[in-house]
Amino acid sequence: MLAKRIIPCLDCDLSVPEGRVVKGKQFKEIKYAGVPWELAEKYYLDGADEIVFLDITASSDARETMVNVIEKTCEKVFVPITVGGGIRSVADARKVFNAGADKVAVNTAALLNPKLIDELAEHFGSQAVVVAIDAKKEANGKGGYECYTHGGRKPTGIDAIEWAKECAKRGAGEILLTSIDRDGTNIGYELELTRKVVEVTNIPVIASGGAGNTEHIAEAFTKGKADAALLAGMLHFNKLKIKEIKDDLRKKGIAIRE
Amino acid sequence: MKPKIAVVDYEAGNLKSITKALLKLGADAKITKNAREIEAADAVVLPGVGSYARMRGMKGIEAAVKKAAQEKPFLGICLGMQLLFEESEESKEKGFGLMKGKLEKLKGKVKIPHMGWNNLKIVDRKNPLLKGISEEDYFYFVHSYAVLKSREEIARCEYGNGFVAAVARGKMFGVQFHPEKSGEKGLRILQNFLDMIE
Repeated sequence: MLAKRIIPCLDCDLSVPEGRVVKGKQFKEIKYAGVPWELAEKYYLDGADEIVFLDITASSDARETMVNVIEKTCEKVFVPITVGGGIRSVADARKVFNAGADKVAVNTAALLNPKLIDELAEHFGSQAVVVAIDAKKEANGKGGYECYTHGGRKPTGIDAIEWAKECAKRGAGEILLTSIDRDGTNIGYELELTRKVVEVTNIPVIASGGAGNTEHIAEAFTKGKADAALLAGMLHFNKLKIKEIKDDLRKKGIAIRE
Repeated sequence: MKPKIAVVDYEAGNLKSITKALLKLGADAKITKNAREIEAADAVVLPGVGSYARMRGMKGIEAAVKKAAQEKPFLGICLGMQLLFEESEESKEKGFGLMKGKLEKLKGKVKIPHMGWNNLKIVDRKNPLLKGISEEDYFYFVHSYAVLKSREEIARCEYGNGFVAAVARGKMFGVQFHPEKSGEKGLRILQNFLDMIE
């Protein structure tokens, strides 16, 4: 049986020489969490099913630092690695694949130029293309969700559910769905948003934003129907270890890799 | 002496991870697209993602790879395993035809590609490649096509209507999953393979 995945997410500030992992709250209030490849190895040894690196520096100088981070990580981490942030073209993607990444995640660049999804899928296969969607509940009370770009700063007027559908149609292999409202809050995933996206797509969906305890993760799988759960702050600041989380989920009857 | 492993480069995806995994296990692994290096290696690993169309990248080395598969320890991973078979629904290119069977699109009420961690149904418990592996263990899969049945199957995976997850004939092995991405259990499979090199 296909296991539900637990995926640590490392937001990387690559403006310092080795890069550093940071974590914010609702995409702000940034705190320092560690060296990227050291944290990645720690999570791997602790049972992470995949590792996601997101470059939040958004400058071209950061690209070489990211290549270094991926190469160092691949020496010791033997689970799939996804890299996102600042990937705008097939050439950008090729650089991170050559460094050893298995998948790339695109967000802003795909919303500005949806054809990028088709191009990436054609060159590297759908399995290697993740579209990250940062969604926020609309303030009009109609219950819709809107896509944001530029690290959650710019509203786009694009409906998140419709966009997810389009991504899947264009050849995305997976959706990394983050609720901006829940990010860093520890009050649980946005289950309604997650379930809606799962129901309109036929590709795996990773729930992100808001996990504070194991029950939240279990809910993402059962009520939210997600295929994987992304974790950041909950792990970085040692609230819980991946192994403990996984043991707990297994006790709740969820298919989880040991 | 460290065993010399040729990791065949035919422009079919990420070769770094498998090479680094073999290095970590103490092998002298080298990425190559040179027929002589493939012939000189103690064992050959054929990785790869994509379809049979990738056979086009095999020009000039196809004979050497095929010969290695029959004469020394050989491990095909994902597409590398699929190429041991004859043909594919997905492409006009032919495989090596060293094992009987063809690739078909996965069937059943499941998401395709089959992507993520799944466990095995072990068919041949005594096979040395699967030493220390149980049906509780998970491996990382990423594929849409597979061989649905094979005389040489040593493990299956029950996804959709099921497919062949690993094959063996003598020292010729193939795995549909990615041992280099399957954590410590994946490394165990690679170690089992290295242990078969004399």
